[in-house]
Amino acid sequence: MSKSDLEKRTVMSPDGEPIEINPLQDYFCDARPKVHEPVLPIFEKFLNWARSESLWVLGFGTGCGAIEMRPLMTPRFDAYRFGIQWRPTPRQSSVFIISGYLSVKTLKRVIRSYEQMQNPKFVIALGSCTINGGMYWDSYNTIKRLDHYLPVDVYIAGCMPRPEAILAGFEKLKELIRQGKGEGANLYAQNFDWYKANQKKIIKDWDMPDYNW
Amino acid sequence: MQFELKHIAYGLLTLFIVLNYGLILQGIMPKIAARVGRRYGIRWYQPYIDIIKNHAKRSKITHGVMYYLGPVFRLSGGIGLLMFMPVIFGSPIFGNFSFAGDLTLVLYFQFFGVLGMALGAGESGHPHSAIGVSRGLSQVTALELPLTLGVISIAMQYGTLRIADIVAAQQGGIMNWTIFTNPFAGAALMLSFLGSMGRAPFDVVLAPQEIPIGPPTEYHSGFLGVLQLNRAIFPVAKLILFMNLLYGGATSWPELFIKTFFIYLWSVFVGVAFPRFRVDQSVRWFLGVPLLFGIIAILLI
Amino acid sequence: MIMNTPLDNIKTVFPNADVWTQRQELYHMSIPKEQLVALVTHLKEVEGYLHLVQLTAVDWIEKNQFQLTYILNNPIKKIDVMVKTFIPRDNPTMETIHHLWEQAATYQRELREMFGINFPGSPRVDKPFILEGWDDIPPYRRDFDTKKYAEETYFPRPGRETHDPKEFMKKKLYPDEI
Repeated sequence: MSKSDLEKRTVMSPDGEPIEINPLQDYFCDARPKVHEPVLPIFEKFLNWARSESLWVLGFGTGCGAIEMRPLMTPRFDAYRFGIQWRPTPRQSSVFIISGYLSVKTLKRVIRSYEQMQNPKFVIALGSCTINGGMYWDSYNTIKRLDHYLPVDVYIAGCMPRPEAILAGFEKLKELIRQGKGEGANLYAQNFDWYKANQKKIIKDWDMPDYNW
Repeated sequence: MQFELKHIAYGLLTLFIVLNYGLILQGIMPKIAARVGRRYGIRWYQPYIDIIKNHAKRSKITHGVMYYLGPVFRLSGGIGLLMFMPVIFGSPIFGNFSFAGDLTLVLYFQFFGVLGMALGAGESGHPHSAIGVSRGLSQVTALELPLTLGVISIAMQYGTLRIADIVAAQQGGIMNWTIFTNPFAGAALMLSFLGSMGRAPFDVVLAPQEIPIGPPTEYHSGFLGVLQLNRAIFPVAKLILFMNLLYGGATSWPELFIKTFFIYLWSVFVGVAFPRFRVDQSVRWFLGVPLLFGIIAILLI
Repeated sequence: MIMNTPLDNIKTVFPNADVWTQRQELYHMSIPKEQLVALVTHLKEVEGYLHLVQLTAVDWIEKNQFQLTYILNNPIKKIDVMVKTFIPRDNPTMETIHHLWEQAATYQRELREMFGINFPGSPRVDKPFILEGWDDIPPYRRDFDTKKYAEETYFPRPGRETHDPKEFMKKKLYPDEI
């Protein structure tokens, strides 16, 4: 589908009459995200333990931090013994690592992938560019504060953090999940309008549905 | 044999033991591969935690009715394959629902699961699923040829289509095993076993570097949990089938564990030593040497 | 010492070109805008500068001009030459050289997006290159204040301040002078 197919236009229907179509509105569903409450506390403790021991990370390297994720798969740092696996599809993964700077073009794709992940999901922000813009603090094309666009659970500071620091960040994330504070997806659903307004302010050619489930 | 309600309980007990064995095997094999590569590797109880986590996801997306039924078909293929085979020979508890003619039923159940998965993955609408499904089905079709020829040769050799009788005829010493009395059929079956295990060189269907995960691309949370359960049951059922046909069956659980472990190691050894085939190369390979072994096995009986 | 550069015979063909030497492998040439494509074609076909290394632009806002720099390389003799030309800053256009080198189409697309220099006839020159949905002035121009744009559009985190020792001591020792 090219860009010109997504605009409002008038086409001929099979009956021979001209009709107005608006593809962005007609083809895409306009459901909003729902808040999924946790279950009974005693079950939730056990389920949170299981979620923390098996973290499946989406293999999408968004910035220059992607090169710091690769050593974790090698024998020297070996993240597999902590239960961390890399999955290629957002449907099956529960952790999204935003590694490094995030340009406006990548943010659109990141939002599309993030919204396809299932509840509960967690976001780890790597590097100082996600905290306050880092090295690109006066750039016209990168975002400065990640938590105005996505709910973030753990920030790992550094430019780039060493693999030991990333493993310590995963340990912190596991503690947060076990305490029951890994509710980023519910936060996103509750403040959906605010996040969406921030995202639409900088992504000017919005040709996706509002919520890409 | 008569059907009584206690057979259902025995069947569930067999299923429970095989499920645990499959999950532990799934955890131990990557551990062995990691220790060979000087790593610590994943924990041996990691598959349990993965299945609990997948079922504990709070939200699901559905693409339609066939998408729901895909994992159900696959799991029923795995359980069906297990239930119609004698697991422990000579035991009334673990003999399952074996009957005369169950060899052909077992061959049918092997293909049934893959077809159901193909329908489900097709409904999900993802182009990667469609590519993975076409690759997987062509590979399975190619490896069914030497498998069927070898099985027919074994059935003609023993004059029966009942697996329990085939196992009974192999008792009484190692030299009675089919792999020594009918080596060509054994070779054809072991070579097609490599293809059905889904390891290198035949893992182009699910390899993450080739195609993002192939058929189960759109499957997540509860659906993926069901598929993972099947992934534990189905390989063990296939291993038990090969053990019954070629290696004299098992008369006790420890003997079954040891024999299936070594048959699984055969596919792991080949897997770590060879690179990956493309789909047309693997189809051409299956229609070469293994088919030749199968034809010779039929001619020599 | 080599007194005549390998490019001296350029001056016989193009009398308007100024040639000067930076070092033995690097020469600079400057030529008016209308003869640039002819010079570059001559360098490629006759002199053997087969490789286009880069095409970039510099914004001389005081002189109200853009300077385009073409860097060519001779792989056999291993000599680089930088060919410069000046084009006016209002409504800038330039002839395209994508018929000589295919990769010039991408360089020209980047210049169109980042500086606003139009290359009519270059393939895909209107497609957005890096910025999608950009509606401000082209960002590499020097009258585009990128810091102000970043502060207004994105949400900078408060607390970024400088600790210059000179400012700190001045405030401490001479609090009356502001």
